[in-house]
Amino acid sequence: MLKTETITINMGPQHPSTHGVFRMVLTLNGETIVDLKPMFGYLHRGLEKTSEGRTYLQAVPFTDRLDYICSMSNNFAYAVAVEKLAGIEVPIRAEYIRVIMAELTRLVNHMLAIGFLFNDLGAWYTPVVYAFRERERILDLFEMASGSRMMCNYIRPGGVSGDLPAEFLPLLRKMIPHLENFVREIRDYLSDNEIFKARAVGVGFLPADMAMAYSITGPVLRASGVKYDVRKAEPYSIYNQFEFDVPTQVAGDVYARYLQRLDEMDESLKILRQAVERIPDGEYATKVPSRLRPPKGEAYARIESPKGELGFYLVSDGSPNPYRWRNRPPSLINLSALREMCLGHKVADVVTILGSIDITLADVDR
Amino acid sequence: MQVLDDLWIRIAQWLRGVFDSFLPPWAAQLVMDVLGILLLIVWGIVVVLAFTYMERKVIARVGDRIGPNRAGPLGIFQAFADAIKMLTKEDVTPTNADRALFLAAPIVIIIPAVLLYAVLPFGRGMVGVDLSIAVVFVVAMGGIPILTMLMAGWASNNKYALLGGFRTVAQLISYEVPMVVALLTVVLLAGTMSTVGIVEAQATFPFALVTPVAFVVYMLAGLAELNRTPFDLLEADSEIVAGYFIEYSGMKFAMFFLAEYINLFMVAGMITTLFLAGWQWPILPSWLWFLIKVIVVIFLMMWIRSTIPRFRIDQMLGFAWKALVPLALVNLFVVALVAKLLEPGWARTGVLFVSNLALLAAVGFIMARQSRKREEQARAAGEAAIRRYYGSPIR
Repeated sequence: MLKTETITINMGPQHPSTHGVFRMVLTLNGETIVDLKPMFGYLHRGLEKTSEGRTYLQAVPFTDRLDYICSMSNNFAYAVAVEKLAGIEVPIRAEYIRVIMAELTRLVNHMLAIGFLFNDLGAWYTPVVYAFRERERILDLFEMASGSRMMCNYIRPGGVSGDLPAEFLPLLRKMIPHLENFVREIRDYLSDNEIFKARAVGVGFLPADMAMAYSITGPVLRASGVKYDVRKAEPYSIYNQFEFDVPTQVAGDVYARYLQRLDEMDESLKILRQAVERIPDGEYATKVPSRLRPPKGEAYARIESPKGELGFYLVSDGSPNPYRWRNRPPSLINLSALREMCLGHKVADVVTILGSIDITLADVDR
Repeated sequence: MQVLDDLWIRIAQWLRGVFDSFLPPWAAQLVMDVLGILLLIVWGIVVVLAFTYMERKVIARVGDRIGPNRAGPLGIFQAFADAIKMLTKEDVTPTNADRALFLAAPIVIIIPAVLLYAVLPFGRGMVGVDLSIAVVFVVAMGGIPILTMLMAGWASNNKYALLGGFRTVAQLISYEVPMVVALLTVVLLAGTMSTVGIVEAQATFPFALVTPVAFVVYMLAGLAELNRTPFDLLEADSEIVAGYFIEYSGMKFAMFFLAEYINLFMVAGMITTLFLAGWQWPILPSWLWFLIKVIVVIFLMMWIRSTIPRFRIDQMLGFAWKALVPLALVNLFVVALVAKLLEPGWARTGVLFVSNLALLAAVGFIMARQSRKREEQARAAGEAAIRRYYGSPIR
C-alpha cells in the first residue's frame, strides 16, 4: 500500500541560519511546509525585570543588549522615553549627534541584513564579508565617539555621554560618498542576479492588510506597500527638520524587502549629509542627576529603529527605580507573521524569509 | 621540448627496464601496474591537498580576505593541518544509526572516485587504461555515489540527513540525463567512446567551439554532479546544515571530503578532455596543458561557488527537465543532422557554432520572459493587497 507521511523537523535552536537561537518546528510534506511553529525564549535574560531594579541611568547599558547590532538606536529610544517621562530638554547639538548615530546604525543594520540574506541563499559568505567590511568602518566611528564598537552605551537621557572627537565629522564627511558608492555597488551586483530573483520574487508574500493586522513595522511593512515611518508619522528628536522620503515597494516579497533596505540606506545617507552640514556647536548634554526621580506618571516613546518601531513604556512611582520598564521589540512583532509567510513554500524558503524579516534573537527574547 | 613532453613516459620506460633486468616479464608488468594504480591514488590525495588550499584562497580573495596564512609560508600547509585535525577528531556513530551502512558509505563513495582516474588522459600517451567504452565507464562510475549518498543519508537516522538523501537522488538522477545527452553529442562528433580518441578528434577544433551548447550543459550538469553552487542543495549548510553527511565526523567525514575533491578534479578533467581538446595545443608539454586547462576550469567553478546563490529544489529540477534536457536533445538532433550533411572542416564548425549560439539565445530569451512574468505576478499580488488595505487604488 503506497502512502505518504509528513515529517516533523526541528529547525534550531542550533542551526546555522536561524540568526541565533531560534527554533522552528516544521511539518513537511516532502520539502513543502504544511505547518510551522516558531519557538523562542532561548535567549531570555529578563532584561525588563532586571531594569526595574536599577536606576533609570543604570538601565541604559541593558538597552545595548536588546538588539546588539543596533545598540545606538536602542539607547536612543530609551533616552527619548526617559526624557518624555522626566521632562528633560536635550541640547540641539546632542539631537544632531543622535540622528547621525541612529542613521549610521540603520546603515549597519541594513547592510548586514542584506549580507546575511545572501548567506542564507547560499552565496558562500561573499556579500556578507563585504557588508562586514563597511560595517567595520562605521564601527570605527562609533568607537571614536563612545569608546566601544558594539555595546556603545552612548546616547543617554539628557544627551550623549561625550562630545564628538574633533576627527569624527571630517571622517564621516569623507565616508558618506564611500558608503553611497557601496550601496550602488550592492544594487548593481546583486539586484539583477537571476538566481537571486528566482529565489526571492514571489517568496514570502506578506499582503499589506495582513501586515497591518499583525502590526508589522519597519522595512517589512513598507516593502508591502504601506507608507508608514515613525520618523514621519510622529516625528521625534529633530527628524522634522530633515528632508527625506519614505520609500515603499509594491510586491511585499523577499525581493521587495531587499530593495526596500537598499532604498532606505540611500535615504539614511541623505539625512546624514544634511546633518553633517548643519550640526551646530554647543552643549552635548543637559545634566541629569544619577539618581533621577521622574514625577509620578507614565510615558511611551517610540522611534523608527532599523528593524521597525522600537518603543519603551516606562511607569514611574516617583522613586529612582522605574516601576515598570517595558520594551516593544520590533524583531518579535515582525516575526509573528512568519507562519503565514512560510506556508506552502519549501524548506529552503523558510531560511530566506526569516533572513528577509531581519531579526536579532536578543531583541526577540529580551 | 620533446624530452619534456615525454618526461613521464620516459621515466616509466626506464623503470620498466630496471624491473625487466631482474624480474620475469609478467612480474615486471605486475609491478608496473601496481605502481600505476598507486600513482593514481596518490595523485587523488595530492589533488585534495592542493585544491582545498586553492579553494580557500580563491574564495577568500573574492571576499576581499587573505585566506589561510598561518600554517607555513602563505598558509600552504593548511591542508595538512586540516588533515591532522580530521584524524584526531572523535569518531562518533549515532546510537540509532544503521551501523553497517553507516560505516560502509564513506568507504564506498571513494572507490568510484578513484576508479574514474583510470580513463582520464593526463597527457600524450598518459592514460591508465585506454578503454574503448571509457565514456560509458565514466557515466556508470558517476552513478555509484548517488547510491552511497542515499546510504549515508538513510543510515544516519537523522532528518536533515534524510532530506539531504532525498535531494541527492532527485538532483543527481535528473542531471545525469542532460549530462549523458551532452556526452552523446561529443561521441557523435568524435566517432569514438574512448577518451584518448575524443582528445585526438579535437586536433583542429576543441568541441567547446564546435558545440557550445553541449559544453554549457555538461558544465552545469557537472556542477550539479559535484554538489557545487548553484546546485549545492545536497549539503546546503544554511538549510539542511550539511545534508547526508551531517552525522559523520573525523576520518569518516574526511572520506566524503576526499571524494568530493577527487571528483572535482575528475569532472574538470572530463570537461577538459571532452570539450577543451584535453592535452592538445602547441608549445607547452601535453601534460602541462592538461593541468593548466583543468585548473582554469576548477577556478571557474570556485568563482561560481563564491559569488552565486543556490537554487531551490523545485527550481533546480525544473531547470534540469525543462531547460537542460530539451536543450541537450535539440542540440543532439542539430549536431547529428549537420554532421551527416557536411564534411568535417571550417564550414561544419561554423554552422554548428552559429546554430548552437542561436539555441542558447533562444533558451535565454524564454527564461528571461518567464522571470519577467513571475515578477509581474508578484507585483500584481502586492498591488491587490495594497488596494484591499487602502480601499482604493491610490497609495
